[in-house]
Amino acid sequence: MSDASPILRINALTKTFDDFTALHGIDLDVAEGEFLAIVGPSGSGKTTLIRLLVGMDDPTDGAIWLRDQRIDVIPANRRPTCMVFQSLALFPHRTVGQNIEFPLKLRGVAAKARKDRALELLDLLRLPRDYYAKRIQQCSGGEKQRVALARALAFDPEILFFDEPLSALDYRLRKTLEKELKDLHRRTGKTFIYITHSLEEAMVMSDRIAIMRAGRFEQIAPAEEIYARPVSPFVAEFMGEVNFLPLRAGMVAGAALSSAAQAALAGQGGTLVLRPESLRLNPQAADLTLTGTVAAAYLLGSRMQYRIDSPAGELTVEVLREDAVAGGIGAPVTLGCDLAALHLIAEARDAAA
Amino acid sequence: MRRRERQLGALYALPLSVFLGLTFLAPILLVAGFSMMPEKVFDLAHMPDFSAYRTVLAQGYWKSVAWSLVLAALATLILLAVCWPLAYAMAKVFRRFTLVLTIGVVMTLFVSENIRLFGWVLTLMKGGLIEGYVRHWTGIGFDAPLYNVPVIVFGLVYVYLPFMLFPLAQGISMVPDDARQAAFDLGATRWQILREIELPLAMPGIMVGSLLSFVLAAGAMAESKLLGGRAVITIADEVQTAFTYGQNWPLGSALAMVLIAIIGTLAIWAISKADLDAMMGRKS
Repeated sequence: MSDASPILRINALTKTFDDFTALHGIDLDVAEGEFLAIVGPSGSGKTTLIRLLVGMDDPTDGAIWLRDQRIDVIPANRRPTCMVFQSLALFPHRTVGQNIEFPLKLRGVAAKARKDRALELLDLLRLPRDYYAKRIQQCSGGEKQRVALARALAFDPEILFFDEPLSALDYRLRKTLEKELKDLHRRTGKTFIYITHSLEEAMVMSDRIAIMRAGRFEQIAPAEEIYARPVSPFVAEFMGEVNFLPLRAGMVAGAALSSAAQAALAGQGGTLVLRPESLRLNPQAADLTLTGTVAAAYLLGSRMQYRIDSPAGELTVEVLREDAVAGGIGAPVTLGCDLAALHLIAEARDAAA
Repeated sequence: MRRRERQLGALYALPLSVFLGLTFLAPILLVAGFSMMPEKVFDLAHMPDFSAYRTVLAQGYWKSVAWSLVLAALATLILLAVCWPLAYAMAKVFRRFTLVLTIGVVMTLFVSENIRLFGWVLTLMKGGLIEGYVRHWTGIGFDAPLYNVPVIVFGLVYVYLPFMLFPLAQGISMVPDDARQAAFDLGATRWQILREIELPLAMPGIMVGSLLSFVLAAGAMAESKLLGGRAVITIADEVQTAFTYGQNWPLGSALAMVLIAIIGTLAIWAISKADLDAMMGRKS
């Protein structure tokens, strides 16, 4: 995040439903022009949060500021923000052009200017201009997605919110649109806040990821930082496959540590986080070394994934296919990694998670 | 396989189709036949002379036609305005209470229309339920609000409310909640959401409810007779008079054919103008 004052500031935002608290006084700053993805499992509070942010629901406590204006007290239709819905919520009785022009029509913009802007947005979203007169039902899933984006951009919002808009699309189309959305963000310079349960989507598109769990932000950071230095086992697991090695008084049961690793970990306790791709098979030299046997092998296209039974527990290793284990299931292997690949989650945080 | 299924379907539907065709078409054909006969005859074994239609044109029956259409149009508009909030609540707000409301409204249909209208006469007449009690408690009496055009419209609205309410509720339930929310999010006011989203998307329900109410109200006569005291004579009243007191079946038939022609034309015009599939966004 840049040092500039944030465009959006959330202070101690709380939402309760009867005796259930969906959001526990959360805080968040979003920089102007940032692409922030809010990720979390079902029930983590992301939908509640976005409903509060766009004004579809009122917070129980706390405040939402857009620059110097407190917006949580303003109804949704008078906020300078808008949302691309999960269902896209296109108006089925209107044409593509009429959908895009809708916010402009509400503001009383003249028909000619509306049409010009709609055509500009069709160009921006790389839709043919003759789609202007097309019915919504004649558009494919990806085209509908673009129309919904064009309509939101016609509104010219200060912040554009997305509520899992790609979740209903097939894999290939989703991949294409992820990149297009990222590109659109770059070209428009708008602030995007994107809610998703898909970590992959969040990592491809966003500048920062906020991981939610049980109504709280677990960690807010750029994707690579969250991936490499998760603050809790929950975040580590959420970011992809991971191995956890218990560290007690600077020692890992069943593993040999180099003198450098011993010095670095001396006296510490907690959980060591180790990504499968950071482990090497039969290394020449390593800071942490384990032995084990291959329990299972999976082909992942260009890579192989192995499940290894070791004295430290069951471990997952991912290597290139050319580095595959000779001998298959039951073959003895040595695993190793460098000190830099190890991330320690300290005991207090570990216990809290 | 599909062809055989279609053939079977057509075969199964044949008896009822024949029955409906006969019971719908036969009376209309009979009435159409009588309407062409010379006046005051009671069979169809005469040369058609269309004299009954000349009588319809010459004797000012157009006023009755006009009254029927105006009263029906007024009642339909009022029904739309009255039923919209209630139908909206039934479709979107009430939950279990919708069933209670539905049963309550449907139960009114279990009692004959004439009996219900007589109930209103007893309620509104001088010395009736309202005026009688008011006079008893306050000593101040007033004229009965009966035997005028507004009370006829009230009667039509009262009697045909279910025919507007249920189709309207069905139409409103077809408006997606997220379309409404998206419009609000894009800056629409409540009024703009109603005009731009809800009314167009609920149009199939509005069309069905309006057509049902209008057609039924245009052919109604109990309201004008019982509540209106014949303050105005509707076309249906004229048809009945011609068939009974007038003993002029051809004139009654001609009047009926005029009513059928006008309402049929209006209904077909409305249906052809309203592309329901396009309104609902079903047309691709």
